[in-house]
Amino acid sequence: MHIPDGFLNVATVATTYAVSAGGVGNAVRVANKKLGEKQVPLMGILAAFIFAAQMLNFPIAGGTSGHVIGAALAAILLGPWAAVLIMSCVLIAQSLIFQDGGLLALGANIFNMGIVASFSGYYIYRLVNSLMSGRRGTLVGSFAAAWGSVFLASIFCAIELAVSGASPIGVVLPAMTGVHALIGIGEGLITAAVLGLVLATRADLLQLQRI
Amino acid sequence: MKSKWWLISLLICLAVACLSPLASSSPDGLERVAEDEGFIGLAGEAPFQVIADYVFPGMENEALATILAGIIGTLILFGVAYGIAWLLTLRKRQLA
Repeated sequence: MHIPDGFLNVATVATTYAVSAGGVGNAVRVANKKLGEKQVPLMGILAAFIFAAQMLNFPIAGGTSGHVIGAALAAILLGPWAAVLIMSCVLIAQSLIFQDGGLLALGANIFNMGIVASFSGYYIYRLVNSLMSGRRGTLVGSFAAAWGSVFLASIFCAIELAVSGASPIGVVLPAMTGVHALIGIGEGLITAAVLGLVLATRADLLQLQRI
Repeated sequence: MKSKWWLISLLICLAVACLSPLASSSPDGLERVAEDEGFIGLAGEAPFQVIADYVFPGMENEALATILAGIIGTLILFGVAYGIAWLLTLRKRQLA
């Protein structure tokens, strides 16, 4: 879902940069206050894993592929503000070094895949966990959180494209959400599988304070 | 073992990066929509290229060039995110 340069107009670029800068600034502030020593290696591991996993495009229907975003996974393990920091690191590196996602579109990409995906994933996970507990809550919650995070990010991506005049909202919104409803299934399965692995090997990582 | 979990995890991340040549090369969700709805042509060229499209430049074997790009990126992101998190906890460590 990395938006290249050229798709967004100046107003959308400016707005999304401003909102994302505010969001990342607040993430730094919250992390500075609450991030503990125990979370430091996990921050590095999640950024590394999300980068590597994003390279693995999996095929979905009709000659289209998708890859995980990873924000829900980071938000479930470390909390939404930490996830915003991790996603920003990944998206900035992808844009600057790997020319994946435009430089002008970076604000929108951080907003969609960083802020929207992290917070929606985090709160969906918490909602499911308030309804069912234990291993089932973790696995079902992580699937739902991951799917919802992709779906919601695609809605915001579609709105930005429509506002920029790339495509009418009536066309781009159903197209984006339709394809990402499928990609979200992959995100959900991978996120649940990773959390299942964490649960089996290092269940204590799920008990860290979330920021 | 307990203190080394992140080292094992990093090796898993690098192993994932080594699978990157197997990734589907079909357009992703957004590219597919942009093609179908006819606005893919709006996409502009990047003003500069470093390791564009996850292929390390100047290598003949594209699979190896992709793996190398993946390993470099994975290590960079581990280092950057670890470093930022370390800096953000520095104050607390000095207080303790």
